[in-house]
Amino acid sequence: MTRRSKFRERELTRAHLALSVNGETVEAAFEPHKTLLEVLREDLALTGTKHGCELGECGTCAVLIDGKPVLSCLVLGVECEGRSIETVEGMAGPGGLHPLQKAFADLGAAQCGYCTPGFLLTGKALLEENPNPTLPQIREALAGNLCRCTGYIKIFEAVELAAAWMRGEKAEPRKESLYGFDFDESGLLPVLKS
Amino acid sequence: MTAPRKPTRVVGRPFAKVDAAAKVTGQTKFADDVVLPRMLHCKLLRSKIAHARILSIDVSKALAAPGVVAVATGKDLPIPFGILPVSQDEHALCMDRVRYVGDPVAAVAAVSEDAAFDALDLIEVRYEPLPPVGTIDEGLAPADAPIHDYGDSGNIHKLVSMQFGDTEEGFSRADRVYDNLYFYEGSTHLALEQHASVADFGPDGKLTLWSSTQTPHYVHRALAKVLGMPPARIRVIATPNGGGFGGKSDVFNHEIVVAHLSRVTGRPVKICLTREEVFYCHRGRHPTLMRVKTGVKKDGAITALHFQTVLDGGGYGSYGVASTYYTGALQTVTYQVPAYRFDGARVFTNKPPCGPKRGHGTPQPRFALEAELDRIACDLGLDPAAIRRDHLQPPNSLTANFLRVGSIGLGACIDRVVAASGWKKRRGKLPRGRGLGIACSSYLTGAGLPIYWNTMPQSGVQLKIDRGGGVTVFCGSTDIGQGSDTILAAIVAEILGIDPFDIRVVTGDTDLTPVDLGSYSSRVTLMTGNAAIEAAERAREMLAAAAGEKLGIPAERVGLAGGRVFDVENPETGMTFPEAAVAAESKCGTLGTVGSYKPPPSAGRYRGAGVGPSPAYSYSAAVVEVEVDPGTGIYTVPKIWIAHDVGKCINAALVMGQVEGSVYMGLGEATMEEMAYRTDANRNVVHKFPSMLEYKSPTTMEMPEVATFLVEDPDANGPFGAKEVGQGPLLPIPPAVANAVFDAVGVRVDEIPVTPEKILRALKAKAQGKPARYGPERFPNVPYPEPIHVRTPAEGGDGKAVDAPVTAAGGVR
Repeated sequence: MTRRSKFRERELTRAHLALSVNGETVEAAFEPHKTLLEVLREDLALTGTKHGCELGECGTCAVLIDGKPVLSCLVLGVECEGRSIETVEGMAGPGGLHPLQKAFADLGAAQCGYCTPGFLLTGKALLEENPNPTLPQIREALAGNLCRCTGYIKIFEAVELAAAWMRGEKAEPRKESLYGFDFDESGLLPVLKS
Repeated sequence: MTAPRKPTRVVGRPFAKVDAAAKVTGQTKFADDVVLPRMLHCKLLRSKIAHARILSIDVSKALAAPGVVAVATGKDLPIPFGILPVSQDEHALCMDRVRYVGDPVAAVAAVSEDAAFDALDLIEVRYEPLPPVGTIDEGLAPADAPIHDYGDSGNIHKLVSMQFGDTEEGFSRADRVYDNLYFYEGSTHLALEQHASVADFGPDGKLTLWSSTQTPHYVHRALAKVLGMPPARIRVIATPNGGGFGGKSDVFNHEIVVAHLSRVTGRPVKICLTREEVFYCHRGRHPTLMRVKTGVKKDGAITALHFQTVLDGGGYGSYGVASTYYTGALQTVTYQVPAYRFDGARVFTNKPPCGPKRGHGTPQPRFALEAELDRIACDLGLDPAAIRRDHLQPPNSLTANFLRVGSIGLGACIDRVVAASGWKKRRGKLPRGRGLGIACSSYLTGAGLPIYWNTMPQSGVQLKIDRGGGVTVFCGSTDIGQGSDTILAAIVAEILGIDPFDIRVVTGDTDLTPVDLGSYSSRVTLMTGNAAIEAAERAREMLAAAAGEKLGIPAERVGLAGGRVFDVENPETGMTFPEAAVAAESKCGTLGTVGSYKPPPSAGRYRGAGVGPSPAYSYSAAVVEVEVDPGTGIYTVPKIWIAHDVGKCINAALVMGQVEGSVYMGLGEATMEEMAYRTDANRNVVHKFPSMLEYKSPTTMEMPEVATFLVEDPDANGPFGAKEVGQGPLLPIPPAVANAVFDAVGVRVDEIPVTPEKILRALKAKAQGKPARYGPERFPNVPYPEPIHVRTPAEGGDGKAVDAPVTAAGGVR
């Protein structure tokens, strides 16, 4: 109900252009009013990019264009010719998951996983610019992405953990992140006798 | 079947989720990611008028529009549905009446989404506007044209009243009696994933529906009913939900509409709602006005409690009858309440229907009760932490309203947050503008009764072991992000001694999996967990018997761990898990087992006793710190301490995530989230801001530091002792925020959300010598019925209602 476009199938002139997506050049033909979000999902079958509002309010559809996080619902596909687009599908390489992906998985920073691609790409842009961000810097970088499951805490911790790994440090998740502040040395929680 | 076994190898440990790799690589297929050949796209025409009769609908122009394949209206789907058997008041498309702005009137299926959008403009609907009902007061007033033709009177959907023990006697022996009003505003789930469904009615006459639903079983039943099809020909696949929080647990119009349109066109049909439409689907928190009368002794012991609630229900029944009962059910499970009375009411209004949001009907009364206790403690000069700690409901007891509680780790929870927050040194002693507030809560671990009456299990698990040692778990549960697939894998892995990542989990598919009622009421870990234990134990017995024969030892001596099946007295002697599977299949035939779970019968036998009972209750305590600017009322929440009694962690990392997520969502409700409406110049009741930009929810910048403490007080009914964690930790946050604001600036905001404007108004009232509060000023005259009377367990009651008021001695007046 938020969108109005006049459907005139015969009058539509499709834009035919080459896009660089995740390091590969792909050709696509699509209606020129389509957003990059729609082109990725509907014309290139890259459904890893999600949508939560299609109005630039939630950050769910964030992708990287030339390394910068961009809301793909606010960019037209035809604007992207000649620019380098990166989606969540391009993050893992032959060596396995990107450190951010592994940290999000290990810590449970992806609960329903729907906002996760947007957070991962926004986080990746942050770490490429600033390999050692403080917590306030992480909060600020991710402020345009909404998550309703995690309360953001595991996401902050995952970005910190991935940053440490990417700096070559041998970091592990903090015990209190995984067990709360009540863990004992065995790694299991003390059990009350009721 | 629930005996804790120690030490555990998988259960309790913080493993990654079994579906984590798919989720971090974008491979998880949500409903809108399902694309089928020849698929049509559906859009719904929604009412722009809050309340009207439909005089006529003309779809001829839309049908002739380019790209349009089919159009549907209410008369195509005349059979009503609704999630509760007592509230079958919805139609897939409105028949003769629209009841809120957003109510769907017609549907278009077209070759593209754009074509469907455009065709909506060509549908001509003539309405006869009716007076809209926008508030609780209007809902209680006599109605010439009630929103529904059923209910307790006029626009009053439901009235309930029940009394446990002698509250009059309780109030008369109290040292003080308090009587206060509270209001809790509505809020919505705001799951990031917009609802989406794809229907495919095949040439074999069978229908498949992929949908973002928390309750595939109930969708299955509703589709069969409304479409008039045998259930055996319908398959509902619950795709992983991109967040649910209760917002995807009703049966929705669009799910039925796309199934119908697929049947009509013979082509797959997809719908994905816009964010604005998701706001109209709603089913969120009921705005609730409450009156709380509390009798207490000087030491803070409650002598009697009388709760009155009125819920603003919106345009349809949804879960509302249950929600109404839930505003009165769980007040008794935290602190001792010897005599209790509850009067509840729900009114229909011309707004999107309210329903179950995380905590379902209990955050509102929990806010009122915990704010009330804070008030009482301050008035009596008691420590708000101690007034709670000193009067806890004892474990393994029956409450006044016949809820059977098992383990109660609430005392330990209070101790943790009091110690960690420096409560005793800091509360009441911080500089003006800074304050600490405490609150506690409890929540169900699964409702005791299914939504429709039956005597079958509420959860079933099937387990298959193949010749390569591969184990597949089949269960109807739906992973909405809480990790229910991971819990199934962890429990089966624990019992069979294998790696949870070697297990395949198949869930939420009515063709492939046995029924689990759905992801609601925090029931999944306990119910599917117990069913999984039963199925896995039966498989373990087969494997142990076969391996024992091979090893020449009795089956009892066979252990399963580390992917091996071996002699526990001589662990070197044994075989691999796949070898044991081959031995077992040779001995027993094809390997498959089942397990099922049904909660224990509840103790209450009175009308209304179906809401509240649960196999186990979780407990939480929270301390919130606030910093308030007394000049503007603007405040921040720098830190929250929360302790949660989860019984036993099946996966500690997942438990942490649920606690933190609940705290976040509770904080959103406490500080900013509002499902707010305005009445326009035509007296139309419209949503103020159905967008994520204007519906404020906490971002990374508002989320405070959270210190979490997990308390494990195992419950005999839980799998390995586990209780719920997905909803309970939300509950203490709103009252703890309000209580902290009082500690900071000395005024009460008796209304959620606690906004700067309300704080400022309360400060101004205080400065003018008026009561230092902001909140509701009056409680409407609600025609509550005469209560049913039930003797409490302490009075020797048997859980049944008696036909006259109960006296203090348990006799009848």
